[in-house]
Parts: sequence; structure tokens; C-alpha cells
Amino acid sequence: MDKAVHALDRREAVARLLADRSPDLLVVTGLGSPAYDVMAAGDDDRNFYLWGAMGGAAMVGLGLARAQPGKSVLVVTGDAEAMMGLGALATIAVQKPANLTIAVLDNGHFGETGMQASHTGLGVELDKVAASLGFAWTDRVSDLAGVDALRAKIAALAGAGLAVLRIRAENPPRVLPPRDGVHLKNRFRAALGFATN
Amino acid sequence: MSSEPVIAHPADWRSDVFRVLKRHQVRHVAYVPDAGHAAAIDMAVADPDIAAVALTTEEEGIGYLAGAWLGGERGALLMQSSGVGNCINMLALPAAGRFPLLMVVTMRGDWAEFNPWQNPMGQATEKALNLMGVLTWRADRAEDVEPLLHGAASMAFNGDSACAVLLGQRLIGEKQWVKTNG
Repeated sequence: MDKAVHALDRREAVARLLADRSPDLLVVTGLGSPAYDVMAAGDDDRNFYLWGAMGGAAMVGLGLARAQPGKSVLVVTGDAEAMMGLGALATIAVQKPANLTIAVLDNGHFGETGMQASHTGLGVELDKVAASLGFAWTDRVSDLAGVDALRAKIAALAGAGLAVLRIRAENPPRVLPPRDGVHLKNRFRAALGFATN
Repeated sequence: MSSEPVIAHPADWRSDVFRVLKRHQVRHVAYVPDAGHAAAIDMAVADPDIAAVALTTEEEGIGYLAGAWLGGERGALLMQSSGVGNCINMLALPAAGRFPLLMVVTMRGDWAEFNPWQNPMGQATEKALNLMGVLTWRADRAEDVEPLLHGAASMAFNGDSACAVLLGQRLIGEKQWVKTNG
């Protein structure tokens, strides 16, 4: 097993990932800390935060990527959320969207529920899983230079990608996004030019 | 004695499913296969205007279709009744966001079922959907498939509702498990 340290500060890493954000970048977050990290980096109408539906973030990203092939779709989620939807990674791999990146904030723990060890903390390597499933590219990021390189790759529409960001196991203060799903949906669609029903 | 094959369902409900989806501008068909959906799946795969997405498990389709709607496009989810159980918690997503959701569910454990392992979920399918806020309609006759699916699609896409049409086992026909000779 790779022993690369979980060294990144999650807030710093996500802020860097979303720095100088293009209007063509659409973001979906998994529930919990990744949603707070993306919110802390700056709320945006083109963010869709999940507050539940654990295991569903990557598939929301896939549906969005297929419907908006000209835009780059970034899913920011946690390692346990990604594990709960592991089959979705296989579905994404065979669909081969050019414009979808899954960024897994991996602290090796169930951070929201008391820092119990998670599957990635016990040896599962999601980037290797994604590579064996057939993702166009995978990455494992342990420093901010790696985050900068990842940001460039996301913008390049280089095929379905999965990047594991090794973050420290800690819970910074919560920065809560809006919880009203209808509001989040309508403002996201409005930002893309779609009317509210 | 006639040698003509028995045509159980004169109306072509299998292609009706796909025709209704097309009429409602469905661009995404997510599915876990079932024999009853085979025609619609084949037509979706062959249609260059439709993204046909095979899923590893049915709840993937709930997230997928919510994402497609965020991106301005309509879709439908095809599955067998056993898959409804896999979707339960994920149905919080269309409920909380009032996303349109159109499901077409072929029933097992419903009528003349050979496999008793299908019965628990088959008998709970419609109630489970209703408990999670999904509106349901049942088609047991071929001529009901088109109007019921049209109605469900209208209420999903125009009314931001989660809607499911259940295709009964009497409609689909008895599965032949054992070849009978003579």
C-alpha cells in the first residue's frame, strides 16, 4: 500500500482547485465536508450541493456532463461518499464522458461521524480502482503544486478523470451552503439559461 | 387446429414505451435491463439522439437524471421492481429538489411468479415508491401503457414530480422457466 501522507489542508486545496474559476466550470458536491469546503471557497450559482443522497454525487456529475458536453463538470466529494457509489465509477468509465472529473477528498476517515477509519484509510486506493475501471486519467495529489496541475487538467476536457486528494483528517469549522434543494436546482439551471418550470 | 402463434397482447406496448419517451423529448435512458424493457432499451441504444446508460444499480439512475435535468435535459429510468428497493434513500434527491423523475418499472412477484424470492420486493414496490413520494400508475393491459406513461411523463416534466409507471406481470407475460415438451 502506498504510504503517501495525507498532508493537504482541505480548505486550502479546494480553494486552489476552484481559483480563477471559469464560467464553464460546473460543480457538484457530495454531502458533508466537501460541500462545506466548496462553499468556503465561494458560493456560486453553478454549484449544486448535495445534502443527502450519499453515493450519488458522481452520477449527478455524469448526467450533468452528458447534458452539457461543452462545459467541464467537477464532482468534489469525500472518500466514503465515493465508496458508497463505487459502481457509479464503473458506469462513468464505460460512458467515457470527456468533461467529467471526480475529485475525491480522501482523509481515510468518516470525518462527519467521529473519524472512524474508512475503507481508503484501511488500504483501498480509489485512483487505482478508477484506473482499472478504464478512466482516461487518474491522479493522486499530495501538495498544492499537484492541485494546480489538476486544475489545468480539469479545464482541458481530457476525458473522465478521478483524482484523489490526500487531505489531513480534521474538521475545519462548517461553512454551510443553502439546504433548499429547489432553490439550488433553480438557480443552477438559471445560470445555464434554463427557465424555472 | 391453427398453427398461428398466440398473440397475447395485440397492442405493441413495448414500442409504445419508447414512442412516448421520444414524444416527451427524453434524451437520456438509464437502465438496469429487464426482458420487459428489452425493446425500449434496444431502441434507445440505436437512437443517436439518446444517451443510453447502463447502470450497475438502479439508484445510480436517480442521480444521473437529476444531473441531466440540471443540465437542461429530460430522461427516464427503466428497471425491474426489485430495483425499486435499491433506490429508496436516493429518492430523497428528487423529493428534496423537486426534480422531475420518470420511472418505468417492470413487475416481478406480482402475478404468476415462479420465483418466490421476487415476491417480497414485488409486493412492496408500489407502497415503497408511494412512501418516498413517488406517484404511481399500474398498467396491466397493453392499451393502458401509452396513456398512463404519457400522463406520468407530463406530470414529471411539467409538474416537477417523481412518477412511476408499473408494468404488471400480466401485461408482460408469464416467464417460461421450464421447457414443456408435448
